[in-house]
Parts: sequence; structure tokens; C-alpha cells
Amino acid sequence: MSEDQIKNLEAQFEARIERDEKIEPKDWMPEKYRKTHIRQISQHAHSEIVGMLPEGNWITRAPSLRRKVALLAKVQDEAGHGLYLYSACETLGVSRDELYEQLHTGKAKYSSIFNYPALTWADMGAIGWLVDGAAIINQVPLCNTSFGPYARAMIRVCKEESFHQRQGFEIMLKLANGTPEQKEMAQDALNRWWWPSLMMLGPTDDKSVHTAQSMKWKLKRKTNDELRQQFIDQTVPQADVLGLTIPDPDLKWNKDRKSYDFGAIDWEEFLQVVKGHGPMNKERMKARVGAWERGKWVRDAAMAYAEKKQARKEKQAV
Amino acid sequence: MKNENLYNYILGIADNSLILGQRLGELTGHGPNLETDIACTNISLDLFGQVRSYFQYASKIAGDGRSEDDIAMLRKERDYKNVLLVEQPNTNFAYTIARQFLFDAYHLVFLRELQKSSDLTLAAIANKCIKEVSYHERFSSDWVRRLGDGTEESKSKMQEAIADLWVYTDELFHQTEADKAMVAEGIGIDVIKLKEEYYNYVAGVLEESTLEVPDIKYFQKGGKQGIHTEHLGYILVELQYMQRAYPNMEW
Amino acid sequence: MSTKNWPLWEIFVRSKNGLEHRHFGSLHATDADMALENARDVYTRRNEGVSIWVVESKHITASNPENSGELFEPAQDKVYRHPTFYDVPDEVKHM
Repeated sequence: MSEDQIKNLEAQFEARIERDEKIEPKDWMPEKYRKTHIRQISQHAHSEIVGMLPEGNWITRAPSLRRKVALLAKVQDEAGHGLYLYSACETLGVSRDELYEQLHTGKAKYSSIFNYPALTWADMGAIGWLVDGAAIINQVPLCNTSFGPYARAMIRVCKEESFHQRQGFEIMLKLANGTPEQKEMAQDALNRWWWPSLMMLGPTDDKSVHTAQSMKWKLKRKTNDELRQQFIDQTVPQADVLGLTIPDPDLKWNKDRKSYDFGAIDWEEFLQVVKGHGPMNKERMKARVGAWERGKWVRDAAMAYAEKKQARKEKQAV
Repeated sequence: MKNENLYNYILGIADNSLILGQRLGELTGHGPNLETDIACTNISLDLFGQVRSYFQYASKIAGDGRSEDDIAMLRKERDYKNVLLVEQPNTNFAYTIARQFLFDAYHLVFLRELQKSSDLTLAAIANKCIKEVSYHERFSSDWVRRLGDGTEESKSKMQEAIADLWVYTDELFHQTEADKAMVAEGIGIDVIKLKEEYYNYVAGVLEESTLEVPDIKYFQKGGKQGIHTEHLGYILVELQYMQRAYPNMEW
Repeated sequence: MSTKNWPLWEIFVRSKNGLEHRHFGSLHATDADMALENARDVYTRRNEGVSIWVVESKHITASNPENSGELFEPAQDKVYRHPTFYDVPDEVKHM
């Protein structure tokens, strides 16, 4: 194809997205579109399965049977969501195993928030309330993104995730209304998870490299800063209901903007965690790689068994 | 307690699901791949659902204000009545599957009989659980076949796991005092009568899986009397952690 | 020893009797039996289905979007296939 022809195709392609038409896997798409989607969808999938770890480590210690089944179901959903997203990514011609390889070798990123440790039971509340809260803000607009398989996966994810944040908030509420010790546990969790949750919505707009292109492809509807503001504005009143204090002395209502002003985010910390120097980066990767390697003989055996069974069937048929 | 035998009988059943559910819960996020991880968590969820039904009933029978969680999490080591089999660790996926299969095969025939219990609550719980457990058994026996008749490596791992866990199977068919009393009342199941069917069935699956039935004559026992393997203590450390570290609080 | 990846399967679920099976998504499994079991655990955790079909993805033949013009556009102007093409007086009911 000549350069002009490609330009023409690209223009038609952008026009389709502009008209809110969906792009399906077999449609022609610019190479950059494909690559960007593989990167973003797989990053999202990786975040789901790495995100299973901090919560998964509390399943055996959940304080009641009711909490235990809720947490199990939630962490299981995260596996399911990872699976939906990997599947969406596979329609772009890259296998789940290749994507795992990228994760395990550190080539692919995942949400940095999961590199913080889950230290107390209240962290299960804080993660559900804040981390899932921030995730939902990111995810809801994606139900309408331009790439069909991603949009469909996100619709399923959002539908299923509606209980996750409530589950977390309920844990926080119970703690906040419990004994002083429980309330302190809840406050401590909020203190530790608040800032990482704000960082989770991405670098500030002036530092964000992908925003303009992502907006055009409907991978984003709002900028990082807008999303962050939305998250803060909706979360502060929830903290009030809990009677907990957001750990930001500069946080205050701005009448003119009808939004909360907030303090400076420590972007240096964010950068270090992204680079792999967070408290749990190494452990998280070790857990993922370990599970994958320990599972290899199992996956191989299942495949070998299926092949033998198929061969026997074919032999019988002859 | 007026109905102490019934209470102990229920605990004997429920503790198996509790401890096995706890063991499977350890695996969530660490399975051999996503599909299998999700399946194992489903089994764990089913088991904890069963535990709640049993303990809610036990709590009613005890009538001393103890909740399902008090019963699940605030007993001492010797008061847990699960069989030794279910507390064995996830040494590798072959052990997880072997433990699951050896228990599911028992659980299934047990529940089939429990549906006929003259205690209507137990019969109803059994009726609900049996659908779940039929699926568990299908899952675990399929995996025994896959690993047994898969690769050389998987076969040797599966054979080793079956051989190691075999010593815990006989205990499934031991009668406790509570068992005897409940059988006499038409509430409980005579597990001794299930033994032959169980071993025949298990042998059949092992044969299909190209695995050998272990030639073992000496079996381990004690779980039903609260005399456990050393593993249980560590399971309880996690299971009871919150309730012990923060007593008398609601969560 | 085999080191192949588990093949990809497409999952179709009937959410209740009377409705058609609908494409729900995909997953990996070694054979059809396992694909059914995995589909049950992955796609019907919330009581979403009464029946499942699984098809290995490689067995699906899809039309090529490049041929969309010749495949689908000719149907656009065949308005006579639609009831609104035909004139019927207003007083004729139920037609």
C-alpha cells in the first residue's frame, strides 16, 4: 500500500470512531491503534491478576465467614476480569502466554497501587472502597470505548464490580462504627491508601504522554486530573459518613470551583514505585512468576491428556 | 446441651468443609492458570456456604448465644473434628487434586445418604450441597485423569500424592460416639456401609487414570477425635487470627 | 513432552429457555469437556445461564471486513423485503 492509501485508510478509520462506530478485531486498523490497545488492555488485565494478591493474602484470615465468602468471591471476580481482558487482547493477535511473558519479565506494567502491602483487615475495606472506587471511575467510560472486544469486556467487568466497592465500604463502616481500636485500624488504612489511590488515576495532564491520542480513540473520556478531581469530590463525603479523616491537611472545599482543593501529590514516590522500587514490587512478581512456573507441569499434563484422548477417539473411528 | 450428640455430629460434618475450604482459599491467585484458579475458588466458596448452613443450625441447637463465627473460629485445636485428609497441605497441585478427589468421592456418597436423614434441616442442607459436590467430584476426578494419564512427570506426581494421602482415607469411615447415637435415631449416616462403594469407585477412577491403588494396610486416624496432624495448628492460626487478636468485636 | 498452549474456545450461553445462545466471551481449555466446565465457572458464576455451547475458536470461519461491501451493501436497497414498502390504506387494521 502506498503512503497516500494508508493515510486515506487512517482518515476513514478515525472518522468511523468519530461517528461512534465500533472497531472489531478483523477490521483494518492503524498499527499504532493495535499496539496501544494491546498495551492498555493487557496492562489492565495484569492489574486485575496482580491485584488478586494483596487481597488474596487475607482470605484465610478474614474475620467472619460472611466476610470470607465475600472476599473470596471478589478476588475470584478479579481473576475473571483478568480473563475477560486477556481474551479481548487476544483478539488482536497476541496470546495470553505472550502477555504473561511480558508481565513476568517486567516489560509490561500493571497498576502501581498493588505494590503496596495489605497489612491489616481494614486494608480490605480501604482497597474495596478507594482502589475499586478509583478503578470504577476509570472503567465506566471504557464501556463505551471504540474497540468492540474491550468495550464488551468492560461492560461485564463494570456490572460485576458493582459489589466490590460496596463490599469495601461496608467493611470500613463496620470498623468506623466499632470499637476505638477498630476505628483506628480503619483510619490507619485510609491514611496509607489515600495517596496511592490518587496516584492510581495517573500522572498529571501536563506529564501524561498518552492522553490526546487516547481521547481520540475513546480509551479516555476525561483527563487524569479531571478523573482525580471527580474521585476526590465523591470520596470526601463518603469519608465524612464514616467519620474518618482524609490525610490531607490542604483538603478544603472550594466554593467557586464547587470542588475540593487538595494537597500536593508525591510524584517522586509514584515514579519510584512504577520503576519497581515500591514496597511489594518484587514479592508481587515473585508470586505471579512462581504460580505460573509451578503450574507448568499441570498445564502440560492437561494438554498431553487431551491429545491422547483425541488420538484414541480418532483411532476408534478408523 | 440437650442435643449434644446432634451438635457434635453437625460439627463433624461441617469441619471437613471448613478446613478444606480454608485450604483451597490459600490457592486463590496462585493456581496453575486463571481458569483453574477460578474453578478452585468456586469449590472453596461452595464449601464455606455449606459451613455456614451447618453452623447456623449448630448455633441454634447449642442455644448458648454462640454465632456461626464463634463456632467456626473460637474453638481450641482439639475441638475441631475434621478428618485428617482435609487438613493436608497444598504441597503441589497433584496433592490439591488428590485431597479433593479422595474427599469428594466420600462427600458425595455421604450426602446422598444424608438427604434421607430424619432431621429435616440436615436433609435439606444435604439436598442443596449434593449438587455442588457432584460438580466438585466431576472436577477433581477429571483432573486425576488428566494428571494421571498426562505426562510422565504428572503421573509420578499424581501417584505420589495419592500414595501419601491414601493413609487418611480409612478414617472417613470411622464412627464416632455422636455418629452411633445419630444413626440410632435415624438422623445420622452409617459411614461403615459406604466404605466398599467408596473404595470401588476410587479404584475405578485410579485405574482409568493409569494410576495404582496404593498397597497400604496401615492407616492414620484421629481427626474425628480432635487428634490432628501438626498442620491444623497453622490453619487455625490464620482462621482464628482476627477473632483472637481482636476479641469480642463485630466485623 | 507437550509445551503447547491451551487452545482458545468461544463460549455461547443461553441465559434462559426461550432465548438464543449468545456469545459471552472466550477462555482457554484443553478439550471440549474442560471448556464446558471452565465456561460454567467463568461465565455463569452469577446464575447467568441454563445452557452452554463451546466452540474451539479455530473452527469459526468469519467473513472478511474487506468484503463487507459486496456481502452486505447489496441488501441495503432491497426495501421491498420490508413491510413498510407496501401501501395499505389506513383503515385496514392488523396487517
